[in-house]
Amino acid sequence: MTEATSSNLIVEMQGIVKRFPGVLANDHVDFELRPGEIHALLGENGAGKSTLMNVLAGLYKQDAGIIKIKGNAVEFSSPRDAINSGIGMVHQHFMLVPSQTVTENILLGLDDPRFFMRLNEFDTKIAKMGEQFGLKVDPRAKIWQLSVGEQQRVELLKMLYRGVNVLIMDEPTAVLAPQEIEDLFGTLRAMISQGKSVIFISHKLQEVTAIADRVTVLRRGRVTASAVSTKGVTRQELARLMVGREVVFFVDKKPKDPGEVILDVKNVQAENDKGLPALRGLSLNVRAGEIVGLAGVAGNGQNVLSEVITGLRKCTQGEVILNGDKVNNRDTLFGIQHGMAYVPEDRTHVGSAPNLSVTDNVIMKKYRKPPISKGSLLDMTAATNFAKELKQAYDIIVPTVNTPVRLLSGGNLQRVILAREISGNPNFMVAVQPTRGLDVGAIEGVHRLLLTQREAGAAVLLISEELEELLSLSDRVYVIYEGKIMGEVKVKSVEPGESLIETIGLMMTGTSLEQIQKEGVASHD
Amino acid sequence: MTESVLAKKPRPSYRIKIEPRLDEPPAWFPAAVSIGAIILALILGGIVILIAGGNPWASYVHIAQASFGDVGVLSDTIVKATPILLTALACSIAFRMKLWNIGAEGQFIMGAWGASAIALVPILPPETSRWLFIPAMALAGMAVGAIWGFIPGYLKAKFNVNEIISTLMLNYIAISWVNFWVFAVWTEGGFQMSTKFPVTAWLPRLTDYGKLVPLFRGLTTHGGLVLGILAAIALWFIVYRSRWGYEIRLIGDNARAAQYAGINITRNIVYVMMLSGALAGLGGMSEVAGVVHRLQTSPIAAGYGFTGIIVAWLAKLNPIVIILVSILFGALILAGREIQPSGVPKMIQGIILVCLIASDFLLRYRVRLVRADAEE
Repeated sequence: MTEATSSNLIVEMQGIVKRFPGVLANDHVDFELRPGEIHALLGENGAGKSTLMNVLAGLYKQDAGIIKIKGNAVEFSSPRDAINSGIGMVHQHFMLVPSQTVTENILLGLDDPRFFMRLNEFDTKIAKMGEQFGLKVDPRAKIWQLSVGEQQRVELLKMLYRGVNVLIMDEPTAVLAPQEIEDLFGTLRAMISQGKSVIFISHKLQEVTAIADRVTVLRRGRVTASAVSTKGVTRQELARLMVGREVVFFVDKKPKDPGEVILDVKNVQAENDKGLPALRGLSLNVRAGEIVGLAGVAGNGQNVLSEVITGLRKCTQGEVILNGDKVNNRDTLFGIQHGMAYVPEDRTHVGSAPNLSVTDNVIMKKYRKPPISKGSLLDMTAATNFAKELKQAYDIIVPTVNTPVRLLSGGNLQRVILAREISGNPNFMVAVQPTRGLDVGAIEGVHRLLLTQREAGAAVLLISEELEELLSLSDRVYVIYEGKIMGEVKVKSVEPGESLIETIGLMMTGTSLEQIQKEGVASHD
Repeated sequence: MTESVLAKKPRPSYRIKIEPRLDEPPAWFPAAVSIGAIILALILGGIVILIAGGNPWASYVHIAQASFGDVGVLSDTIVKATPILLTALACSIAFRMKLWNIGAEGQFIMGAWGASAIALVPILPPETSRWLFIPAMALAGMAVGAIWGFIPGYLKAKFNVNEIISTLMLNYIAISWVNFWVFAVWTEGGFQMSTKFPVTAWLPRLTDYGKLVPLFRGLTTHGGLVLGILAAIALWFIVYRSRWGYEIRLIGDNARAAQYAGINITRNIVYVMMLSGALAGLGGMSEVAGVVHRLQTSPIAAGYGFTGIIVAWLAKLNPIVIILVSILFGALILAGREIQPSGVPKMIQGIILVCLIASDFLLRYRVRLVRADAEE
């Protein structure tokens, strides 16, 4: 499939092997990059994309294989070496000092300025550079004052300032709002027009076909498609190369009539950790036997809402009714004892105790009642048996139930958490980003478990940023924007139309459903 | 997913590779690593003794004999280990919940004061039966220790006052408080010690049974050891087998997960600090009623509370292991008396500590020797 001769390649990686204990992350991977192209690196979580690029950026050393820059073999022992060869990487998690300004962050680690900061001079220089590439950001702003999108621009400027020609972007759109994604794409195109090259790591097909010239697909550490042009390949083909089978985009969901209202959130207002209003009069309800989706760009109050519902956070106004009982502003225990299950967004920091065993983790909400408790003591035999049952029933892959859960993979840990929550036979469940960071197989498993809950007549509130997930699982979808519900749509058909997606997209960016209907924005098909 | 090449062997074909462990090591492994670390520490200590011009083997034999050589010194070792055992248990339960109680010293001293008050106020007359006197003193010691733990616990729970600072400061207050009572109220003729307790307020010692068992003659091991071992077993049950212990372990490992599981963290902070204080206070009671038989700052405020921190840590907070480590530290303290003023036991203590703490690395990482050119 390679069409280019090696003479005009800027980066060549040949036969790269990288091993981690127990994992072969890259198995003789070849990769090439032409000057002036955007080359996408596509693959599932854990396919080895980031590993390959960390090798190219000098963070990891390959166990075998060679890297050539403009035809010359190179050996990188640190990111500095890579940057000196013109290769820079923008990581998924930014590496910025929050209390310092944009300029200070960009200059960090450089030899010039040597002693006096001469910030004014550099502020101007950086502002000019930002204009050149369409990266609008105030050089004097402190990092903590910037949005995630702006911080990403700072990371880009940092690399451009160091004169890199090859930019590696590790899943840059994961943290961005739709309009910010468009801005980023504009920037990338501007950089290409000025002779730079971009490697774009992603697992989102749509983005890859939208921005990239060519694409290399990785699956389980091996190349399944090497540098093919995005023009001559369909999304379905790429999906197949990525996962090794046709992806089922829409899960099998039986029609079902929802029952009575289980959760009723009425006009809730609440503040975030910084004391700023995060929910501004939000109302929604979930009925028995239905999955209700909550769509929205990250940071629009989804987390605060889930915390208010589960009692982890107090609300300043409004109320949350669960099965007729008021649950807001009570302690968490009340919800737990009244049939509420909660799958938190943060599996490791909220949902589990990493150094405790699987057994200790699954009894978290059951240890207060027999058979796990015997008076004030715990019946460890009963607890172990319970954990073993769950291990069996939920296919948790773990040597023994005494293994600490920190040793579990993301998918297995999520199964432990879901097993714990579902085993309490909840009649209401909040699931926040339940499939984030999981591979396709694990995602399917989680989806199946959520649908089983729906079948069993439980009310499920699914908070997710993955529109595809929301549309395939939910009966209804609310859209949240800046702490308010912009509107509610019913998902009737198995294959939602373009106009529905467009309506949701507009609501996610701040247009209310009423407005959309009034102006007829989404009625063109 | 980090990996580093730490050292290159002279022969270039091999290198040392350090990888994080992805699975649990076998059950015997942690114990083997700890024993290996102690042996390494003794070898390193031996080298230092050698450089200082001493004979390492002779020094070690001397230390061993001074602490385990015969029944008499073994008994002295246990006497030294008893207060350490109780303060280490006190520290372990607080540390389990990531409460950095470094005030076991003060809680120990206040426990000693509380127990002394029963005999010196006097709350119970001297002719009271030992069967009433001793439990009353133990309860008083635990109660006053618990109060001394409650203060920083409440401040932490209510106002998020840093418990490291508050417990440390309360140590000094405890010493001054006891000094006041020793000098001004209960003084024995103006000396810096209280009057002696009535014999009914003494914890029974082995030597008390010398008439029945001739072997026990002169042995000062006292009932505090029994209290300590019972406390260790009870604490083990609380931590690993009770609902409360489960809550403590959960809060200690991940407070946010505990909150999510509906556990009241602030209340547990107060309770655990009180339990910690009570255990240290029991240690203070055991020391005044078992060894000193009067209230006196200098032999009581001997830093047992601080040694307890180290012991709790070395035992990885396991109450049963704490019993063994306390005896080891009791032996080192005793040996320190024996070969003063060389400072060798202190140094060995330090080296053992460093080696044991460093050996923890081997439990989390695997060290492999691989051929540099190996493709596997």
